[in-house]
Amino acid sequence: MPVKEKKGVRLEHISKIYQDPKTKADFFAVRDVSLDIAPGSFVTLLGPSGCGKTTTLRMIAGFESPDEGEIFLGGEPINALTPNRRDTAMVFQSYALFPHYNVFDNVAYGLRLRKVPKDEIQRRVTDILKLVELSGMESRMTNQLSGGQQQRVALARALVVEPGVLLFDEPLSNLDAKLRVQMRTEIRRIQQILGITAIYVTHDQSEAMSISDQIILMKQGVVAQMGTPMEIYYHPVSEFVADFIGECSFLEGEVRKADGERVTLDIGGHEVYAECSRTPQVGETVKLVVRPEAIEIRDEGILPGKVELSCFMGSHQYYHVRVGDTLVKITDNCPRNKKIYQAGDTAYLSFQAECAHVL
Amino acid sequence: MSKRQSARLDRKKFFADPVMVITILILFLFLALFILYPLATLLVDSVLVRGTVLYSVEDYTSGDSWVFYNQEGQVATSDREAAFIRVYPAKEEGDPVYLPVYRSKGLFASQANVGETTGEMYLKVVNSRDRSVYLRMQDLLTVQEIPATYRKNSRLIKKMDGIEMTDICVQVSDNQWTVDAFPRIFRDYTFNRALRNTLLLGALTGFGSLLVGLLFAYVDVYVHVRSRVTKKLFDVVSVLPVVSPPFVLSLSMILLFGRAGLITRKLLGIYDSDIYGLWGIVIVQTLTFFPVVYLMLKGLLKNIDPSMEEAARDMGASRWHVFTTVTLPLMLPGLGNAFLVTFIESVADFANPMIIGGSYDTLATTIYLRITGGTYDINGASAMAVVLLALTLCLFLIQKYILEKKTAATLSGKASRARMLIEDRSVRYPLSLFCVLVSVFVVLMYIAVPFGALFKLWGRDYSLSTKWFEQMFREGGWKAFRDSFILSLIASPVTALLSMIISYLVVKKKFHGKAFIEFVSMLAMAVPGTVLGVGFIRGFAGGVFRTGFLQSIYGTGLILVIVFVVRSLPVGTRSGISALRQIDRSIEESAYDLGAGSGKVFTSVTLPLIKDSFFSGLVTTFVRSITAISAVILLVTPRYLLITCRINEYAEKGEYGVACAYATVLILITYAAILIMNAVVKRFGTSKNGSGNTREENS
Repeated sequence: MPVKEKKGVRLEHISKIYQDPKTKADFFAVRDVSLDIAPGSFVTLLGPSGCGKTTTLRMIAGFESPDEGEIFLGGEPINALTPNRRDTAMVFQSYALFPHYNVFDNVAYGLRLRKVPKDEIQRRVTDILKLVELSGMESRMTNQLSGGQQQRVALARALVVEPGVLLFDEPLSNLDAKLRVQMRTEIRRIQQILGITAIYVTHDQSEAMSISDQIILMKQGVVAQMGTPMEIYYHPVSEFVADFIGECSFLEGEVRKADGERVTLDIGGHEVYAECSRTPQVGETVKLVVRPEAIEIRDEGILPGKVELSCFMGSHQYYHVRVGDTLVKITDNCPRNKKIYQAGDTAYLSFQAECAHVL
Repeated sequence: MSKRQSARLDRKKFFADPVMVITILILFLFLALFILYPLATLLVDSVLVRGTVLYSVEDYTSGDSWVFYNQEGQVATSDREAAFIRVYPAKEEGDPVYLPVYRSKGLFASQANVGETTGEMYLKVVNSRDRSVYLRMQDLLTVQEIPATYRKNSRLIKKMDGIEMTDICVQVSDNQWTVDAFPRIFRDYTFNRALRNTLLLGALTGFGSLLVGLLFAYVDVYVHVRSRVTKKLFDVVSVLPVVSPPFVLSLSMILLFGRAGLITRKLLGIYDSDIYGLWGIVIVQTLTFFPVVYLMLKGLLKNIDPSMEEAARDMGASRWHVFTTVTLPLMLPGLGNAFLVTFIESVADFANPMIIGGSYDTLATTIYLRITGGTYDINGASAMAVVLLALTLCLFLIQKYILEKKTAATLSGKASRARMLIEDRSVRYPLSLFCVLVSVFVVLMYIAVPFGALFKLWGRDYSLSTKWFEQMFREGGWKAFRDSFILSLIASPVTALLSMIISYLVVKKKFHGKAFIEFVSMLAMAVPGTVLGVGFIRGFAGGVFRTGFLQSIYGTGLILVIVFVVRSLPVGTRSGISALRQIDRSIEESAYDLGAGSGKVFTSVTLPLIKDSFFSGLVTTFVRSITAISAVILLVTPRYLLITCRINEYAEKGEYGVACAYATVLILITYAAILIMNAVVKRFGTSKNGSGNTREENS
């Protein structure tokens, strides 16, 4: 069941101003955001609460109006269109199922509004329920469904109208951890089968990483970075991005030598190689981002440090090691046959140059 | 930084939804026209003295019709030509004046003549649609504006001095602004007495209801009451006065404690019992209004966290000490709130002071008498209505915007766990006994009414007979029931739907003027029925702004229905708003997002979700309308008989048997309505099986 027409979404210099209810001062909830979302791609708006991701999504859906800029859907400007006239369908955080309808009527709601003939409604609803694996549940009331099933109904209800773009507003945050992982693979699977454009809002970085073609990381209404999950993980442009996506440690050092993307740093008197997407000045103090799983902890290595915490986590041993003034987090995978350091021990850390990224 | 673009886009989106725009416009019009406008008219009337100059009509003799003049000042040869009538100043010498005949809408008199039937004088007014209205002379005093023959401010009334036809004059208005009416009524002895009476009554009833209601609530929430019957009794008592017509308690009060009272005369042998007056009203009003206090305070007490009181007990405070230092201070704003609510109800109450008040006049009854009695003093009545309105409005604003917020602030939490109920006999017995006694008393009063209708002659002959019922049906009973029933039945779906729409707009939508809609629909709660009645008379008797527009609804059933709607709107809206606040905004948003316009969202999602509230609005309006009296008694015309007005009539005449017969049937009707509602809510409220799917599968 391919979607009739995939549509791209383009935001041009979108800003939204809100008023603080207490101080009565205006502030930017979203500030000068420009996006170009390709048809058929899965894009995630990621960020901490209050970063403007939901506001952006609601502006695309039409519930909010932008104060600056223009939104395009499939090339058409849609700023002045009401939500019911936009070719978008949204899956809500609370699912927002109609409690007075059963599963079938919930899913058929949008089709009935579009005056689709009865037999076609029957066919399309049956098809979509099969796709979300809810066949046979048509006559259940929504309150007789589990959280995951309700989520599927909400998804089916949005999908069945074959929208140009599908919007998700933190759809998995009401599910328990295990179900959340299962549902997000499910959502990704269905999105890829249908090839539909999807914009997904979440504050959970692992959800964003696992599901998206593109991640747009936002902070205080501004886009902090956008790119594929890999780009964002390995080449964060700021401390905020690096910190928000996955765990990491920041080591401060002085640039000794800069040779294109390869730089040599001096960290507490020790020479360290790293990668950098820009060319820093020699002598400049920079921050080095290293992921915990990229660091090896051994009896000999480049950076000496003092173990402050050592926890056995099953799949890995987790360490806090003090290097100079900074605390470095390390996950040592498969600790079964390795040396386990205890708090108080001295250890040496080392990492590959391509796994360390200079900001 | 500017929000101009989003404001512009929001406006565009708003106007892209014509259903909503039209609905809001209609609502604005309705609220402005039927709530604000009548009240504004009262304000104007109290400061605008419509002075008049008398002219006598030329060539006007008994049985003759008016002589009309055409544009050239010649005698008109046909009705179509008629443009002026000629009048002379009645007192001093002067030139005749030609007054234009206003007839463009065809609503107003184009002809009038005086005649006589069965010894009573009447004025026959024929409008240009050839519909004639006969006005009795006494009516002419009360319905002055009906032959509003002249343009705008000029109008015509008949001076009814005696039978002399030639004395009939045209009164042409000579309006002027003055603040004279207020000093005048404040110098007026009857007004001052009524104002004092009203305030005293309100305060006494407020305190009385507060005390009884508080005791009931305390016993219900704090005291272990073992007997199921007692609990049931509490429930019955708390519901009875809410659903019963307002004057039933007054009637039974007279039956039980009046001069021929069953208890006073028969049991106690008191022959000069006098319950007419302040104490009679206070008792009756207290019994009528305390259940409201009981329900309000019950909710509050349940929200007090028991651990606070246990902490106080733990530190060594006695139970009484805990009550005075913890419980009472916590609910003080709530008590104030409840007091004001009863105060407003008491001040606005019309029926009870009317029936049992005797010579104790309150503002509501004084205004009524000013308008219907011999002295037709519209300026005075309007000024009084303004005073009464100002009084209730102030209290309402204090109650709504200060006390309600404070109550919510101090007692918003939920009790963390169940309360240890008081088992102590020295507390349990006296308190429960008091409540049971009050309950039994109330129930007794309700039982007295049907018996009042069944006994042959109350006070003398206690044998059963159906003669009062027979008399009731003989004297227009059927018509009264039919009229009351039909008018209330029309009002109830209108109100229920309107209040649901208002709640939907207020809770879920953003638009300019939302505050206006919310405030005005709640405002009606603060407007005493009598004030609204006077406002409608002043506002619509001559048409809107005296232009004749909508004048045709005056004196019809439609205006009664509108009054019913306005009176019940706040109740329905309040319940709708609280029901809608429970519903997640995203449910409507998802329907909107899937392609439904506002109208479709409302009918397919919102309304089904709050149908309980809708049904209860339906029945509440029906019950309130069929038992309403204060506003409609001023507006009802002989074309419609209303049960409540009939009861008032018979009670005034002292024919309590017939009044009781009416009241009995009325109680049965309202009770049946509530039973039906409960059945309907049970049937549709709980079953959530959508019919749509089965239909789909079958096809």
